[in-house]
Amino acid sequence: MSDNLKVVENATCTFCGCVCDDMNLTVDVDEHRITKAENACILGKAWFREHGIEQRPFALIDGHEATTEAGVEEAAQILARARFPMIYGLSDTTCEAQRVAVGLADMLGGTIDTTTSVCHGPSGIAFQGVGESTASLGELKNRADMIVFWGGNPAEAHPRLFSRYAVTPKGMYIPNGRKDRTIVLVDVRRTASTPAADIFVQVKPRSDFEVLWALRALVKGRKVDPSIERRTGVSLAVLEDLVARMKRCNYGAFLFGMGLTMNRGRHFNSAALLALATDLNQFTHWVAKPVRGHGNVTGADNVVSWQTGFPFGVNFSRGYPRFNPGEFTTVDVLARGDADAALIIASDPASNFPKPAIEHLKRIPVIVLDPKATLTSRLARVAFTTATYGINVTGTVYRMDDVALTLRPAFPSPYPSDEQVLTAIRDRVRVLLGGNRLPAGAAPIAPAVAAAS
Amino acid sequence: MGSPLRIVNGRVYDPANGVNGVVRDVCVRDGKIVDDVPPDAKRIDATGLVVMPGGVDIHCHIAGPKVNLARKVQPETHRDDVQLRTRVTRSGTGGTVPSTFATGYRYATLGYTTAMEAAVPPLGARHTLEEFHDTPVIDKGFFVLVGNNLLLYRLLQEGRLEEFRHALAWWLTVTKAYAPKLVNPGGDEMWKGQRNANITALDDKIGAFDLTPRRVIAAFIEAANALGLPHPVHIHCNNLGHTGNVETTLETMRLAEGRRAHMAHIQFHSYGAVAGKSRSNPTSRARDIAEYVNTHPNISADVGAVMFGHSTSMTADAPLAYMLYRIAGGKWVNADTENESGCGIVPFTYQDQVYTNALQWAIGLELFLLSEDPWRMVFSTDHPNGGSFMTYPRLIRLLMDSEFRKQQMAQVNQKALDHTSLRDLQGREYSLYEIAIITRAGPARLLGLTAKGHLGVGADADITLYEEDDDKEKMFAAPRYVIKDGELIVEDHEFRDDHGGRVLHVAPAYDAKIEQVIEPFFEDYYTIRFANYAVDDRYLSHHQVIPTAAPAAAATPAGAARP
Repeated sequence: MSDNLKVVENATCTFCGCVCDDMNLTVDVDEHRITKAENACILGKAWFREHGIEQRPFALIDGHEATTEAGVEEAAQILARARFPMIYGLSDTTCEAQRVAVGLADMLGGTIDTTTSVCHGPSGIAFQGVGESTASLGELKNRADMIVFWGGNPAEAHPRLFSRYAVTPKGMYIPNGRKDRTIVLVDVRRTASTPAADIFVQVKPRSDFEVLWALRALVKGRKVDPSIERRTGVSLAVLEDLVARMKRCNYGAFLFGMGLTMNRGRHFNSAALLALATDLNQFTHWVAKPVRGHGNVTGADNVVSWQTGFPFGVNFSRGYPRFNPGEFTTVDVLARGDADAALIIASDPASNFPKPAIEHLKRIPVIVLDPKATLTSRLARVAFTTATYGINVTGTVYRMDDVALTLRPAFPSPYPSDEQVLTAIRDRVRVLLGGNRLPAGAAPIAPAVAAAS
Repeated sequence: MGSPLRIVNGRVYDPANGVNGVVRDVCVRDGKIVDDVPPDAKRIDATGLVVMPGGVDIHCHIAGPKVNLARKVQPETHRDDVQLRTRVTRSGTGGTVPSTFATGYRYATLGYTTAMEAAVPPLGARHTLEEFHDTPVIDKGFFVLVGNNLLLYRLLQEGRLEEFRHALAWWLTVTKAYAPKLVNPGGDEMWKGQRNANITALDDKIGAFDLTPRRVIAAFIEAANALGLPHPVHIHCNNLGHTGNVETTLETMRLAEGRRAHMAHIQFHSYGAVAGKSRSNPTSRARDIAEYVNTHPNISADVGAVMFGHSTSMTADAPLAYMLYRIAGGKWVNADTENESGCGIVPFTYQDQVYTNALQWAIGLELFLLSEDPWRMVFSTDHPNGGSFMTYPRLIRLLMDSEFRKQQMAQVNQKALDHTSLRDLQGREYSLYEIAIITRAGPARLLGLTAKGHLGVGADADITLYEEDDDKEKMFAAPRYVIKDGELIVEDHEFRDDHGGRVLHVAPAYDAKIEQVIEPFFEDYYTIRFANYAVDDRYLSHHQVIPTAAPAAAATPAGAARP
C-alpha cells in the first residue's frame, strides 16, 4: 500500500439493485485500487476490492492484441455487414452507454435486449398486464409497518435492503424501526433471511400462484377451501391471518424476487402478486416492488422503454420498435440461430445461458465490452477492455425503485468507458451505412403526421 | 444555426407584436429573428402560407418517471402507431404516451417547438432531464412538484416563512426546474399515510400536520411571487374531477388576492352539482370559472380540454387516479415518492355517449368560448390526460368552425349538453389571430419566455408555416415547414434534419445556509444522500436559464416582496 490515499465520500455501489450511495471509499491512488469501503455490505466490499486496474490489452481481435481504435473499426465492419445483429447485456453499465446502445440497434435495424429478459422479465410482462402500485424505498423506510418478502433471500443477495431501506431503519412514521414493523417471508425453504421474519410461510415448490390467488380471494371476502393446504403446504388459517394483518396495517409492501418470477407460472406469478397489492388498496395502502439484481438493470429498463416504448426484447428490423419476448429475447434469438452477429455489453452470457444459445455465440462474430476477461470475451472476435462504471467512470444509474443517481468514480482508468467505445462504433457504423439503415422496401422518408383520430 | 433565411410573402400572425394576417417577409439569422438578411440568403416562398411562431405547450406530460411508467404499461398502444426511422431521425412508438423521440418529432410535425412537462417529483428530475436529452427538436422544461413536500410542510407549520422561501428556491435551482407545481395539496399525505384517504376541502387538516391546503396554497403563491419567477406557481387544485369542485376552484383562485397564479387544466375543476342532491352527476359551472378568470387579471389558466377517444390519465394526484381506476377497471399504476409526491396512472377512454365524458368535452369548449382574454385562458388538453397532443388540430377546428362544432355536438350525450351553455355559444368562432394567441403568444407570455411565441426582432427563430385550408384540422395537422432555432427541420412535410432542442430552467437565488436546514432532514428521512441529490449541469447539454425578475428577492425579508 502506498501513502498516497484519498477518500471519496458518498460514492455509489453498483453491485446490486440497492445502489447504496453512502459509500466512503479509501483509494490508494498509486496502486489504483480501493482499500476500504466504509458502509458497504459484504458484497459491496468484494465489488470494490476486486476492481483495481488489471494489465489487459485495450482490445483483442481474434485473440490478438489491438488498439481500441482497431477494435472499433473491426466491430463497426461486423455490425454494418450483419443482417440480424443482436445487442445484449447493458445492466452493468451507465444509462449514457445504454442510450447509445439502443441508438445503435435502431440505426442497424437490429435487436436489443437486456439481462431483464433472464431475470425480472416476467415482472415487466406482468406490469404491462395489470400495472403496479409501487414506491421509492424511502417510503418503506418512513411508512411501511408490514413488509412481505416473497421468493427472495435478501440477507445474502441484497443485505442492505434489510438494514438501510426496509426492515430495521427508523423512519418518519416508524420511529422504532424494526419494532414497528411486521415482517413476513414467503419462500419454498428456510434461508439466511428467515430469521429476520416475524412470520415465515413455507410454500410447496411451484405453488406460489395458488397461494397468491387464494390470498386475493380472501381479500375479496370469498371462500377458500381448506384443501388449499394440501396443494400449497399453507393452511387456510395462516392465509386468513395474513389477510387480516394485511388489511389492518397502515402501509404494506411486497418485495419479490426471482423465486417468484423464474418459477412455474412466471409472469402469472408476478401479475398475481401485483394484483394482490392492487386489491389491498381498497382497504389500506399497499405497494409492491421487484427486487432487482444488477446495479443498473433498472436503468436499462427505463432507457429502452423511453426510447422504444418497450422494456426489453426489442427488434428494429422493420424500421420501428417491435416487442416480443420469446421472439426477440436473446436466449431465444441465439438458440434459434437467428443472429448473425452479437454485441455483448457488460454481461457474460457464455457463463449462464443455455447450451444451444452459447453454441450459436461460438458460430457468429461476437463483440464484447467488459472490464474483465469473461467466458464470453474469450469466444469473442473483438473483446474491448473498458473502465468499470462507478469505480472509474461517472454516469447515471437507476436504483431498483427507479431513483436515478450520478456515480462518483474513485480513480481513473486507462481504459475507455463503455459509452466511449459504443459511441465510436456508432459513429463509424453511421459512416459505413450512410446514416440510419432503412428497411428494405421502405419509402425514403416517412414522418408520421397522422394517426391522431 | 448559421445560414440566413428569408421567408417571403407569408401571411404572418404574430399577436405579441400586433401583426394580424399581414403579408410580409420574416428574416432569420443565427437562430434568431432579424430585421433583414443579405439578398443572397436562402429564401422560402411562403405565398399562400400562414406564418406563425412555433407552438408553445404550457402543460403536458412528456418525460420523467411517471411518463415512462405510463409508456411501459401500454405496449398495446405502441403496436399499431409506430414512428419509422428515417436516414436522419430515430424510430419510436406512439399511442397516447409516445416514446421520447416520437414525442419530439410529433410535436414538431404539428408546428410546436416548446413544451413544458407539468409534474416531476424532485427525485425524478435527473430521470426527466435524461429523457429530455432524447426528446428531439423542441425546447422543454419541467414544473417540479412541491405541494406535498414534507420538509416544506414542516417549515410552514413552524411559521418559518423565510426559510420556506429559500428552500423553495433551493429546490427549483438544484433540480433545474422551470416552475413550482402544486398538485392536490395535502392529498398525498392523506393517500399514503391515512389508508388511501384524500383531501376534500381547503380547510381539511393534512394528516399529522397542523396545516390545511388553504395555508399551503397561499404560502406558495406568496413565495413564488416573492422570488420573481418567470412563471408563477402552477396549481392543480384539490378535488379534481369531483362533482361540485367549482367551489374549491373559486376559493383557491381567491387565495391569490391579486397575486399571480396559474390554474392548470381548469376544465377538470369546473364542475357543479345538481342543487339539493348530495350525490349527483356533475354539471357545468364553466360560466362561473370563466367569469372569475375574465375579471381577475392576476389569474391565468390552461383549459385541459377533453377529446373523445383514448387518453392516459397520469397525475401526481394519486387518489384521483385510484378513483378513475375504480371507474375504468383495467390497469392501474401507483407510485409513491418519499417525502415529495404521489402518482397514479390509468389508461382511460373518453366516450361521447357517456354523460360525464360528454360534459367534460363540452366544458372545455365552453371555457374557450366564454373567455374574454385569450392571453390568459390558453390551449391544452393536459396531454395525455384529456387527450393526446395529436388531437390539437381537431380541437382547433372545434374552436374555429362552428358548423363542425355543431355536427360534433349532435353526436354526443344530449343530457350532458343540457347542463352546459354550449348551444348558446354557437356564434363564437376563434380567428387565426386568436388561435395564435392561445397556442403560442399567450402560453409564452404566461411562462415568461420573452424570446418565444412571437416573431419580433430578437425572438428565437422557431417558426411554423401552415398551408391555408378551410379544414382547420387538416391545416394544423401538417405544417409544410417547421423551423427551429433557424434550422429547417421539416420541409415539404418531411424531416430534413434532426435537432436537439434546449432545456429551459430557472435558478432563483437562495441563502446557502438553507442547506443546513435541509440536510438533516435528508439524513433522517431520505434514502439518498444529500450530497447526491442536486442535479449537476452535465444533464442539461443545451440549456438556457430564464432569469427571475427579482434576483435579489432571496435576500429580502419574508413577506416584503408582494407586488
